[in-house]
Amino acid sequence: MSARVQLASAAGAILSLPARLIEPAMSGIQRGVGIKRMPWVFLLPNLVAVILFALLPVFINVFYSMSGSDRLFPWDRPFVGGANYQSLLDCTNYLDPSTCSRDLFWRALGNTMVFVPVQVICMIAIALLTAICLNRDIVGRGFFRGIFFFPVMLSPVVVALTWQWILQRNGALNGLISAAGLTPVNWLIFPNTAFFWSVFVTVWAHMGFYTIILLAGLQAIPRDVYEAAKMDSASPWRVFTRITLPLLKPVMLVVFILAVIRSVQTFDELYVLTGGGPGSATMLMVQYIYEVGFAAQPRNFGLAAAASLFLGLALLIFTGIQMRISRGGNND
Amino acid sequence: MTDLSQAKPGLSIVEFATRRRGRKRLDWTDWLTYLYLFLGLVVMFTPVLWVAISSFKTPANLTEFPPTLLPYANQTAVVEGHDEPLPLFDVVGEDGESRRLAQLRRVGIQAQMVDPANPEERIVVPVGDATPVRQLYLATENYTNLLTSSGGQIWRYLFNSLFITVVATAITLVMNSMAAFALSKYRFRGSNIALVSILATLMIPATVVLVPTYMIVAQLGLVGNLWGVILPTVATPTGVFLLRQYMLTIPDELIEAARMDHASEWRIFWRIILPLSSPALAVVAIFSILSRWNDFLLPLVVLTRRESYTLQLALASFQTEYGVRYEILLAMTTLTALPLAFAFIFLQRYITSGIASTGIK
Repeated sequence: MSARVQLASAAGAILSLPARLIEPAMSGIQRGVGIKRMPWVFLLPNLVAVILFALLPVFINVFYSMSGSDRLFPWDRPFVGGANYQSLLDCTNYLDPSTCSRDLFWRALGNTMVFVPVQVICMIAIALLTAICLNRDIVGRGFFRGIFFFPVMLSPVVVALTWQWILQRNGALNGLISAAGLTPVNWLIFPNTAFFWSVFVTVWAHMGFYTIILLAGLQAIPRDVYEAAKMDSASPWRVFTRITLPLLKPVMLVVFILAVIRSVQTFDELYVLTGGGPGSATMLMVQYIYEVGFAAQPRNFGLAAAASLFLGLALLIFTGIQMRISRGGNND
Repeated sequence: MTDLSQAKPGLSIVEFATRRRGRKRLDWTDWLTYLYLFLGLVVMFTPVLWVAISSFKTPANLTEFPPTLLPYANQTAVVEGHDEPLPLFDVVGEDGESRRLAQLRRVGIQAQMVDPANPEERIVVPVGDATPVRQLYLATENYTNLLTSSGGQIWRYLFNSLFITVVATAITLVMNSMAAFALSKYRFRGSNIALVSILATLMIPATVVLVPTYMIVAQLGLVGNLWGVILPTVATPTGVFLLRQYMLTIPDELIEAARMDHASEWRIFWRIILPLSSPALAVVAIFSILSRWNDFLLPLVVLTRRESYTLQLALASFQTEYGVRYEILLAMTTLTALPLAFAFIFLQRYITSGIASTGIK
């Protein structure tokens, strides 16, 4: 037996060792609890993890939002009732964040309220356009699909650093601009341009994901519907609004809901790209939660939990509105 | 002999290249489509390409504005009597003749130069008359510096990222498929409640329960520990759902037959159901690997010690620490993106079909 085969079989034995140990243990358990209870044995690890890290935290989060001090463990924390919510909502004028005691919360909330609709609508419009182009009978479809999709695979940190490198004062974009005879702009220094590029970069990074889903939806539309429209010499625009969009509606709803849920939770890219700046111009809710609960000293877990409940509420409202709109549309 | 180009007279090269099934010519919508796709190609691909090219530039080349398209470096020459290689300049003399000189030092608007052929004689030249001699140069030392800087810490970060990704994915696969097996192949009281409570966690984004998750990790004593990032992420509802839907299509007769042969339930699961579920397992594995490798917020909160940083955390912290050392930052950005770029080339089909069928990520 050659050395390589020996090595491979040794590696195989080591890798299968846990499996070999589990099998007698599991048949022992089966003899102990009986075959009827075996599904619960199979479910147990996953259920424990789900309860410990998803369901239980929801309830603990509510308690956090109603307790004070910077102590981490719930049993060390005094109950303060609605004080955290009161602090978040304490404003003399709700239209002016600077009159609020937690003005950063209101700025983050306001930014999120603008960011989410703008980003989601831009992203889905571009993803739909791309999907339609990729659905046509063109040369190099697989190649172009890959090109539009690959940023989805990149880590948010890589995405942010890539664009930072392009947008910086002496970056490639300003190089192109000055080559065209225009004045270079320091893109990430001004609130408006920083906000624009925040939307642009997150759309750039995530649109491929939605393009793939929409493309699958488009491919599911039967070809003969289009053939029939061609027979009636319908204009491309009419085909799009009367055939493509209505038939794509279920997929569009899924895409909208997924996009909104992720857009509301945007954090990583902007944390690295702009750090929420300039000032607080691109700070969104998740970053506020992170800053208040983890980055600032002393850590204010109560406020972070209260803010994250607002975030959860916002998610529910956004999703609810979309379900409403889509159901309303089905009636006509 | 038949000449192929003569086969269809009157067919130009453009028409030949763009000829397709069905219709003969491209109409305006096709041109618009190609225009859009090529614009997309530029916008989607050049940023990453630009970072990769930039990572091969020397620090001096990186600070130039406007930036050069390709990495350049000053050509240097070893001159007798000087230990370090000296940068070369083309100098236009008063007689209008160009000479290639090596620069010793620069003082204000004057530069002290020396002719490599005649190292004894020093020449003072106005800076304006000298243009650097440049050549294409790949600054691979950016990468070697990165790998050796601060005692090879990057290997530590790489190990942490790999450990988290591999272990979390392995646990996810085993745990999710166990749950999926129970929820697809058994009828028992409470199975619907279990399924619904697992799927309900789809509605609970990790960012919303960040504080209590951190508390539970801290209670388990796992702050600053790689397991503190692994455990909260292993029970993915989408994984259970996808695997359950797939296992429902596996015929129950296989299980019945195995039970006749007195196989234990675990053996049925491990030897029959798991191998048959490998396509679904592959999709779950790819998405688990992707999200664990790219994870940022939970590691940022949990992994507080420098030794426990993942590549992503280290990269983000490099940004502030090495703020001026762009060459290191760019090399590390490229290196972090590389494994996934390679994986993508091989796995694109699985990934896109996985997304298209489930909408998971």
